[in-house]
Parts: sequence; structure tokens; C-alpha cells
Amino acid sequence: MGERLKVAIVGSGPAGLSAAAHAAQLGMSHALLERADHASDTIYKYQKGKFVMATPDILPLRSDLSFMAGRREEVLDAWNQGLDSCRANVHYNSDVTKIDRTSEGFQLHTAGGEAFEAENVILSIGLQGNINKMRCEGGDLPLVQYQLDDPEEYENETIVVIGAGDAAIENAVALSAQNTVFIINRRAEFARAKQGNLSLILGAIDKGAVQCYYESNPLKVEPDGIVLDTPDGEVTVKCNRIIARMGASPPRRFVEACGVEFPSEDPKVLPEVSPTYESNVPGLYIVGALAGYPLIKQAMNQGYEVVAYLNGDDIPPADEPLLIEKFQAIGDVAVSDVLASIRETIPVFSELNTLLLREVMLESEVHAVRQGEDIFQRNDYSSTFYTIFAGHVGIQINEDDPSQVVELKEGAFFGEMGLISGRRRTATVVALTDCVVFETPRRTMLKLIQSVESVKRILDKTSILRQIQTHLTPGVPAEDLEDLVDSAEIQNFKAGDAIFSQGDTGNHMHLIRSGSCTVSTRVGGREVVLSYVPAGNYIGEMALLSNMPRSATVKAANNTETICLSGEDFSAVMAKNNILRNSIEAKFRARLRQNEQMAARPEAGNIIQFLVEQGVGEATDVLLIDETLCVHCDNCEKACAETHGGLSRLNREAGPSFASIHVPTSCRHCQHPHCMADCPPDAIHRAPDGEVFIDDSCIGCGNCENNCPYGVIQLASPPKEKSSLLSWLLFGKGSAPGEEASYEAGLLAERTKNGEKQEKDLSSKKAVKCDMCKDVEGGASCVNACPTGAAARVSPEKFMDIAMLSQ
Amino acid sequence: MHESLLIYRNMRYLKISLVLVLVTGLLYVFHSPVGSPNGGTWLGYTLGTLAAGIMVWLSWFGIRKRSFGGPAMRMEDWASAHIYLGLALVVVSTFHSGFQFGINIHTLLYFLMMFVVLSGVVGLYFYIRFPKMLAENRAGLTTDIMLTQISELDRELSDFSLTVDDETAKAVYEAVHNTKIGGNLINQLTLYVADCPTMAARIFVEQSDGVCDESTRRKLLTRLTKKEGLLSRIRKDVKLRCLLQLWLYIHVPFTFATLAALVAHIVVVFYYW
Repeated sequence: MGERLKVAIVGSGPAGLSAAAHAAQLGMSHALLERADHASDTIYKYQKGKFVMATPDILPLRSDLSFMAGRREEVLDAWNQGLDSCRANVHYNSDVTKIDRTSEGFQLHTAGGEAFEAENVILSIGLQGNINKMRCEGGDLPLVQYQLDDPEEYENETIVVIGAGDAAIENAVALSAQNTVFIINRRAEFARAKQGNLSLILGAIDKGAVQCYYESNPLKVEPDGIVLDTPDGEVTVKCNRIIARMGASPPRRFVEACGVEFPSEDPKVLPEVSPTYESNVPGLYIVGALAGYPLIKQAMNQGYEVVAYLNGDDIPPADEPLLIEKFQAIGDVAVSDVLASIRETIPVFSELNTLLLREVMLESEVHAVRQGEDIFQRNDYSSTFYTIFAGHVGIQINEDDPSQVVELKEGAFFGEMGLISGRRRTATVVALTDCVVFETPRRTMLKLIQSVESVKRILDKTSILRQIQTHLTPGVPAEDLEDLVDSAEIQNFKAGDAIFSQGDTGNHMHLIRSGSCTVSTRVGGREVVLSYVPAGNYIGEMALLSNMPRSATVKAANNTETICLSGEDFSAVMAKNNILRNSIEAKFRARLRQNEQMAARPEAGNIIQFLVEQGVGEATDVLLIDETLCVHCDNCEKACAETHGGLSRLNREAGPSFASIHVPTSCRHCQHPHCMADCPPDAIHRAPDGEVFIDDSCIGCGNCENNCPYGVIQLASPPKEKSSLLSWLLFGKGSAPGEEASYEAGLLAERTKNGEKQEKDLSSKKAVKCDMCKDVEGGASCVNACPTGAAARVSPEKFMDIAMLSQ
Repeated sequence: MHESLLIYRNMRYLKISLVLVLVTGLLYVFHSPVGSPNGGTWLGYTLGTLAAGIMVWLSWFGIRKRSFGGPAMRMEDWASAHIYLGLALVVVSTFHSGFQFGINIHTLLYFLMMFVVLSGVVGLYFYIRFPKMLAENRAGLTTDIMLTQISELDRELSDFSLTVDDETAKAVYEAVHNTKIGGNLINQLTLYVADCPTMAARIFVEQSDGVCDESTRRKLLTRLTKKEGLLSRIRKDVKLRCLLQLWLYIHVPFTFATLAALVAHIVVVFYYW
């Protein structure tokens, strides 16, 4: 046993590396203990060439090592060089198996029998440290491997991939290019995977590139194959290689053995740490993924900071200058004071710990708004969430009469519908006094709702009340609605699920929070669609008012969330309020009339059904072509290409048609865009007018292309300069309007000139899609350029009109 | 939402054109020049200038159609106005001529222009009538899907023909490899192809009862009949789409001819003033 160290760092992930580098820089006695024979094993095991992100972009890096977004190899090289140059004391092949507390600190034991004495310990072991291995017979045979470095190394092999997570899917799909690949999924679906990988694997299975055994488990590994237990009995698959990617477990037993307490029994739960990352064991610090910070940059900063604290440097967290700048709008107040008073005034944020609150604030905008200024306007297309830190704001609940205002005070929140429905703002919000409001992005709030129970609870209760007030009972005071709100329940329906069926008894009403529904009835044994009901409307009032069984079936057209209201409670509210009763009655009569009309014209209902089947229900703005007017001139495509550097983002002819309505392949600007779900650089945004667009920070990873169920996103190289119309017309220069030939030709020529296969450089390609010509004056070019009026952009609210007009 | 260009914006451009025609008509009727009405009177010059202006503006449509992304009027405005002003031009230019015709450049211009308008009317008729026919003919499919279906049928036909007698196999081979869709203009406009190998094969198989195995024969026959049906739909599709473009090959070149004649007409008029 050597000298007693100031700090022992366990695990050489980004956090551990950064800690060791800083300790070396400060001349602090330290040892970095790494189980593998190389640093940063998790990233080392990434697939070859994988692009490593450096998010969050705004957070400055605080480390003696450099780190920039780039390929796996570049990142690892930079770290190794950094470690060498600062002379960090690294012990590879040192698997720490036990950490004992002693009177002076800690004693660490490794599997190799070494022991280290240290005053402090930094645990930066991450979550990937203990990979789940195959436990069945033959699991140790040489054909089993647990990682895949370069999928292109293997050719013409039969490979079995075990697992259903992201790593398994990425491996299986990459391998399928040159090999016969089987994937073994323990369950009936790929529930654990990211959205992008889900569509990737389902696509590959669909095409036959990968064959999948669902609900199957490995029974036995043989030297040349594997025996599986499948729903159809035992199956033997002969193979050359088995790649097991069955995930990793948080090393809870080890961490608990060190004395660290976990807040609950949930296997996914992480230990709690103080603002200086100290655990409940004094002197034992936890940083990185194990402390709940899975991003590389955060982990590196934390490693650096812990060492600085140990050195007695009272450095503020890395985000301090950013927060100081943020809070300037509030005045000259210390960050810690602002955070404390946020917790005091704003109930939604009151239960967040300091680290989490800092993160939320970092991602939020602080606005100082003058009295009388608008914060946002009705029909704006933003989805952020607002909290009031100081001052009063007013919500204009009546479009025609701006003086009807609901007042909100400090601590209240608004704009929460943006978190749910993805539709336009339903009311204008104006500052009644000078005030300070925080604007938090939708993503951040959704993460918060998922991880902090109190946030979800407070949000749900208030938003239910507000939605009932906005859409169902305008003008009814909140006191009268108390019972109704208390008994209300949020229900979720998948596309195609019945919310209720014709003939059911029951008098619940549903207010559609997000998504949309179709109302249909059975006429002569056939289902006839009567209407399409978008979010913000209620259904089920007919049974309530008529005391009869349900007269129609209501089905979710896409993923739908409703507030289910008790019939008795609602009747009680109606009994007290005549105006409400009348308005509900009027709607009831209007619906009866509409249902009669639609039942007489089943073809109109069929059009609705068709549109819903095409997924148009989740659109906010979809290009529809009236085939009785379209002369196939393709001017829409040409206009699209011309306004977007020669590449059309729409394909007029492709896509389905029904009863003269054609849905071309073109972006629908979904309420909750699938493309946004998994964009590493967060490059996809929604513009104030609702356009979903991709900005220049796109890295060309292709996730959005895979995630889009409608195939409207493509990866393309940056466009070439285009010559003017007249120089084409008079001198034949460049390509014709709407043509893209010259631009692809350049790329191909480059490839053949070298005479060999050039690696496809994905990074130079970027995702392109319809941005509804948001930067072009006069709106969507495709519609503007249509000479015959066949092309129109339509929002779901207009579907009923389209269906009624159509022949 | 969707609105045909004839009724676009409550027929705004029809109304404008009608007013134009009415005003020109009234002026013509109440104008009493020295001698007979002609292009040389003040009204003649006014109408001539107006007509020339309209002609140039109508021709500019070709440029406008190819320039995109401006804040300018929607294309449908242009198209709707193009139609109604083009029709109004017939009246305006006729009144400009004062019904004086002869064998000269001026009358040539007049008839060229009339021909362009006439071809435009034909084009408009096509534009109004064919889209619906196209949609009905396709019944929700695209040309690509129909072609894919045909190649799928071809593949099946080739497979089945492996087990049949030589003559049937030859007929099927012809149907698979030598059936033509489209081609030159005449081909594109022809719906009924008298020597279509697919039809020949279908007839051959129909009549060759008992030559090959009955179930194979039935399989061949259903595929051939299906393919024939698809072929006739695609040929109709090709024909209609061809016609939708064909008229432009007359309309546009004659527009250029008319513009050239217009320049000549103006130069001549001022040269011999």
C-alpha cells in the first residue's frame, strides 16, 4: 500500500478523466482507477465512427481536457492526449471491488489485490460498467461477444443479435447490410428503443433485412449456433456469431456497499447528491451518469468541480455566469437568492432540488414585460410554458372582447396547453402590471413532469380546471366547478381506440385535450363516419342530455388525451347555469342536424375516414390536391424546388387518393412532430406560424427521416447556386426551373472520378423538409404556383368542409 | 380551399373582362369616325394599344409561371385573368380592326392571334374536362403503381410459361417483352393498339383450349386479362396527359409568332404613317 492519496477516482469516464486531469493540474495526489485497459470504456465501445454530441450547447466546458462534438475516435484521441500531457496518475486494469470507510478516509481494494488509501473518493463509474451477460449454457463460448466495434468488419456471416434496446437495434441494422441477421427480442415489441431506432428496426424487419424472433429467449449456445425458446417451441439457429446487447444494470449493490443510500427500491432510481455532488457518505462524491447527469459535458464539468472543491477552491458552478446573465432582467440580485425566491413564490418549481432548478432556469428565458405588453397572442404557434415570478398577467378569454380578462398573480403559470395539445394558443396573454415571467421550453417541462411527481400533480389539476373553463363552461366561476374538476380524470387513447361505442350506456362527457376523434354510426351494417372532432371540443353530451344509450361510436383518430367528466357533476353545473345549459343544448341540436346530413351522404364520411387513415388527423396543415382540378403540370413541385435550392420537398404524384382528394407526399406539420422526437442537436423547431422546420445545426444523422411516418424528410447535399431564369432561357445556363439535375450530377461525378467506392460522407448531407416557405413572402409556394386552384393547404378544422364540398 | 380557376374569387376576372368588352363595344357603337371605322382613328389607336398591352401581358404568363417565390399575385389569379382577358382580346382586337381584312401583315396578325386564343380555349376545355377523367381512370392509383403491377404480372406470366407448350410460351413471351406503352405522338394518342402482343396472347390462350394444363391456362388467362385491363387504363392515362400538354405545343409557338407579327404590324403602321 502506498501513500495516502487526497483523492481516488473510480472509473475513467468523462467525469473521472476530467477529475483526474484537474487533480494532476493542481498537483493534488490522486489515482484514477479504471477496470479496462483503456480509458472511457463506454464511449470506447460505441460503434466505429459514431458521432458524439456535445450538448447542451450553451453550457461552457470546464475541464483541463478538450471536448468537442465529433466522431468517437476524435473524442477519445483528444482525451488520451490530454491525460498524457497533464501526467495524470492512471491505473488501468484496476477493478475496484470494495470501498471501506476508515477513520481517516477510505480504503479501496481492487480485483488484482491492490489497495489504495484515500481521503476522498469520487465515484464516476456511470451505469454501463456492468453489462448483462448471457447466463444460459454455452454463454462463454467464443462465438458470443458483447460489443460491436465496426459492423463493416463482418461479411456474409449469419449473426444473431440478442436484445431489444438501442444498441442491439443499431448493431443489427448496421450488420444487416452485409450479413444475414436475426434479432432476438424477449418481448412482443421493441418498447425500450428510441423512436428513431424503433422505426429503423421495424423497417428492416418489414423489408426482410433483419429477421426477428419475438417473445423468445436463448436456451443454449452451441459452438455453431443458438437454441431459442420461442412461442412455437424450440428453434435452433445456426450462426457464425452472437452479439448480446442486453443492457447494463446500475451497479447498485456495489454503491450501496460503499454506504450510499438510495431514495427508493425502484431499480432505476439514482442516489441523491448535495449541490457539491457529495453523497450521504462524507468524502464520497458521485458524479456523471450515476448522479443523474448522462451528458458528457455535464459529467466533465462535475469531475472538474469536485476536485476544485476538494482543493478548497470556492468556484461557482459552471453555469453561474449564464444564470447571472439570465437574471439580469430581474435586477442586481445574487443567483442563489433568486433561486430561493423562485422556490418560495412558484409552487410548480418549489420541490425541485437546486441542481435541477438551475438546469430548468438555464433552459428557460427570463422576460421583463412592461404593463400592457402582450406576452403571447391568440393563435400564436408556440409551445413554451410560462410561470410568473413577479407582477400580474391577464388572459383574454373572449376573442371579441379584450376587456374580459382572467387575472393571474405571482407564482401562477400559463401556456400549459402548449405542453399538451401542440395547437395554436387559445388566448392572448397580456401583462397587467410590469412583470417578470419565465418561459420554459416544452421539452424541459415534459422531462420535469416525468421526473418530478409534484410538478405533474400541480400542472394536471390546474390545467384541467382551465381547459374546462376555456372549452366547456366559459363564464362559470371556478367555485362552481370544484366537484366536476375533482372527479375529472385524464384518459389516454391510441389511434383507433374507441372512447365509447354506439349503444353503450354511460353518461360521461369527454373534453378532448389533444389529438382528435371521429364520430361514426352503424347504418345498415356499415360504419358511416359522421364527423371529425379536433382537440378543444367535447363529445358525449348527447347521451347526457337525452338520457339514452350512446347514439354513435367515437374513436381516437390519432393519439388522444381526453378529460373524462362525470355526467352527474356536469348536470349539476348545468342546473345552476342557464347560459351554459343553452349553449350545450344549441351544440347538441347542431350536432343532430349535422349527423342527419352526413348520414344521408355517406361518401362525405368516407372522405373523413380516408383522411384519418392517412394520419392527417395529427396534422396541423396538410397539402391536399383536388384531383378534379389538377392538370398534372407539376408547377407545385417546381415552385418548391425553386424556392428551396433545386430540391423539391414534395412529391405530387406519390401518395394516396380517395374520391378526388389526393394527399401528396408532403409535410403535414404534425401537432407533435415525430421528426422532433429524437433530434440530437435539437435542430427541428416550430415557427410562430406553425411551420415545422429544420435549422442549420442539422448534423445529417437521419433520425428525423426514419422517424417521419409519412416519408417527407430526405437527406440532401447543400444545393448549388442556381442561374437566373433569363440566363437559362436565353443561354441554356444551369438547369431549368424546378429541375435538380446539375446538383446530383456533381456529386456522382466526384464519386466515379476516383474509380473507387468513396465513403458516403453523411455529415455533408442535411435533412430537408417542407418549411411551408416560411422565409418566402406570400406563403407556401406550392399553393401559390398552382394555376388551377387544385392545391390547397388545409388544417384539420376544415376537414368537415372539405368532405361536405367534395363530390 | 379548392376553387376552380373559372369561378376563382367570385369570377373577379370575368367581371373585369366583361366591363372591358362592354366599354369597348359602347365606344365602338357610338364612335362615328370620318369614313369607315379603322385602326387609324383615335379609338382605333386606343383599342390597338390596349390590345397590344393585353397581348404582351398574356405572353408574360410564360415568364411568370417559371418565376417562383415572389410576393406577387398567386398563380391562380394570373391563370384566371389570363383566360378571361384572352377571351376579351378577341372583342377588343376585332373592334380595333374595324372589320377591315385583307391579304396583309395586319390580317395575318389578327388570325394568328385568333388561332392562339382558339388553342387556348381548347386547352381550357382539356384542363376542365381531363383531370376528373384522369382521376377516375386511375381510381386512386398512380402511374408508377400501375406499372409496378404490370411488371409483377409479367414476372408471374414468365414463371407460368415455363411449363407450357412452345407456342403458348412464345405468345406469352411476346406479351411480356414486346408490349409497348406510349411511344411517339400517334402511339400516345391511340387507345386501341391493334397488334398489342398482350391482347394477341390473351386471344391465343383463350382459343388454345386443351393444349396445356388447364390450371396453368387459367392462371395465364387471368394474368393476361388483368394486364390488358391495366394497359388500357395506362394508355388512357398516357393519352390524357399527353393532350394536357400537347395543346401547349401549339399555343406557345403561335404566341411567339403572334408577338413577331405584332412587332411587324406596329413597325409597318408607323413606317407608312
